[in-house]
Amino acid sequence: MLEVNAVSKRFGGVTALEDVTLAVNKGEIYGLIGPNGAGKTTLFNCMTGLYSVTSGEIRLEGHPLHNRKPHEIVARGFARTFQNIRLFANMTALENIMVGRHTRTRAGVLGAVLRCERTRAEERAIRERARELLDFAGLHGKGRFLAGHLPYGDQRRLEIARALATDPHLLALDEPVAGMNPTERRQMGELFRRLRDAGITLLLIEHDVKLVMDVCDRVAVLDYGRKIAEGTPEQVQRDPAVIAAYLGAETRAAGAAP
Amino acid sequence: MRRKPQIAFFWLSVLLVALPFLTGAALGNSWVRVLDFALLYVMLALGLNIVVGYAGLLDLGYVAFYALGAYLYAWLASPHFGVHLPFWAVLPLGAALAGLFGVLLGAPTLRLRGDYLAIVTLGFGEIIRIFMNNLNAPVNITNGPQGINLIDPVALGGFRFAGTQQVLGVSLPSTYLFYYLFLAFTLAAIFIAMRLQDSRIGRAWAALREDEVAAAAMGVNTRNLKLLAFAMGATFGGLAGGLFAAFQGFISPESFNLWESILILCMIVLGGMGHIPGVILGAVLLTVLPEALRYIGDWQRHAFGHVYVDPSDLRMLLFGLALVLMMVYRPAGLIPSRQRKREFAAEDGVAEQEQASLYDARG
Ligand SMILES: Nc1ncnc2c1ncn2[C@@H]1O[C@H](COP(=O)(O)OP(=O)(O)OP(=O)(O)O)[C@@H](O)[C@H]1O
Ligand SMILES: [Mg+2]
Repeated sequence: MLEVNAVSKRFGGVTALEDVTLAVNKGEIYGLIGPNGAGKTTLFNCMTGLYSVTSGEIRLEGHPLHNRKPHEIVARGFARTFQNIRLFANMTALENIMVGRHTRTRAGVLGAVLRCERTRAEERAIRERARELLDFAGLHGKGRFLAGHLPYGDQRRLEIARALATDPHLLALDEPVAGMNPTERRQMGELFRRLRDAGITLLLIEHDVKLVMDVCDRVAVLDYGRKIAEGTPEQVQRDPAVIAAYLGAETRAAGAAP
Repeated sequence: MRRKPQIAFFWLSVLLVALPFLTGAALGNSWVRVLDFALLYVMLALGLNIVVGYAGLLDLGYVAFYALGAYLYAWLASPHFGVHLPFWAVLPLGAALAGLFGVLLGAPTLRLRGDYLAIVTLGFGEIIRIFMNNLNAPVNITNGPQGINLIDPVALGGFRFAGTQQVLGVSLPSTYLFYYLFLAFTLAAIFIAMRLQDSRIGRAWAALREDEVAAAAMGVNTRNLKLLAFAMGATFGGLAGGLFAAFQGFISPESFNLWESILILCMIVLGGMGHIPGVILGAVLLTVLPEALRYIGDWQRHAFGHVYVDPSDLRMLLFGLALVLMMVYRPAGLIPSRQRKREFAAEDGVAEQEQASLYDARG
């Protein structure tokens, strides 16, 4: 479904991604793990049009995504969330999700001003779908709160609901359970499986090893911008290169801290 | 209970219809002219509010579109080129031309944000004014600093908005007639601004204002929506410009300087950015109060036989003071939208939360 082919990304002297190749199959939950600074978020940004790639190509169901505009990629059915939550903080939770319906709706200036029957029907549908997604994400009754005032876990859930509002076939989640407690994490794991069962392919960046082992069908490991392993969670867990990378990361971190 | 808004609406309509007569009787007819200008500025402020308040694009060159509307009107309805098209034909053309320039001037600024955008748009505003000032040679297009005069009075189906006219047995000076004309346009502008805000487009603008990257990642075509905001704002400006030219009968580049852009921006900021009642109040206050200050000159002459403090100096001083006081006591504007108010109130809280979230994400 999603093919990443020899993608490299350089920022000046920093090589954030080097020759990364991977393929995500339809209907699976694909995990992307790696130590801090490995290039996971950078890969997401390249896939979703926020960064241009230095070389290589990315295809979604055969259509090239590299160096396309973010909104074109969303229109193709590929949505994402952000590691450092980027909600529209001063809009309500419901409005946040309603913005997600933008690509799937049509009303323009004329429709907005005249508010003809078609526009009104569309607005009703947007609102209705947004309510459904609010409930789906476990935010029932919180539609009127400002997104920025929601508790942290709810904000993460709201980001997922907002991304779902774009009707994606492929959903990329960047550390969706960061900052959540174990109960919330379990609930999120449930949510991911429900999404997969609903036919949405998931791409998941996560540091929580337990969650990754629990929900992912396949996992790729990035280190210093290179893919060092790929396979089922069990295979990856036993891979010496992966163990070395994580141990190395720990020694690096331990070395950096006094 | 359902009747209450209707009753309020009824009395508001009565007040708006009677306002020029009340003003004329209480303060004299020159004040009706001030009312006309207040309506013109409400239209301008509503237009700029689309760009700055809705889409969050700080535009300091807004007056350029006001100028374009006014000049197009003057070119197509005055002896300057000997063209005399009717009001109803020229006005939409001016609005459309301004809208087109909104897109043209907006396009190169798409990648700019905040301060940089402000500087570039400020430059565009000045460029248009300087063009108007200098395009009198080798071909005389704008008549330079002298400006264009003898602009045709407005005529709608044989009814002329000039001199004093008999309407339903009441004789109305032209300032009264223009009041009703401007009121009609202002109400239409308010209606359009309200509908736009509460729509798919309005939500996309709000998203753009909140977080451009997230908006793009949620499928909002940021380029088109920015251009649309510039175009819509500019159209309002062009319309107001045409009305201004028709009203004054004379225009010159002087009327379209940077100060004018800043004044319109101040109206929005003072009243409450992004909130239509606030924007209207801001525009009315900043048009009416400076006029009221003129009385201070008369009053000084009366009391001391000499003007010690020039009212126009005082105007700037009080203007600055008002803005400073506002920043301190009502940073979100006099009548902020609920959203804006929370935004300002929550600033610290949100910043803290952002810090915390970053921290969590790292850990
Ligand atoms: N816009 C940018 N400009 C310059 N360097 C960047 C930029 N974005 C990322 N980088 C660099 O690319 C590398 C990979 O960063 P990235 O954020 O992709 O890591 P990550 O795997 O998501 O890490 P984490 O687990 O901490 O989120 C880092 O060295 C980072 O400093
Ligand atoms: Mg990351």
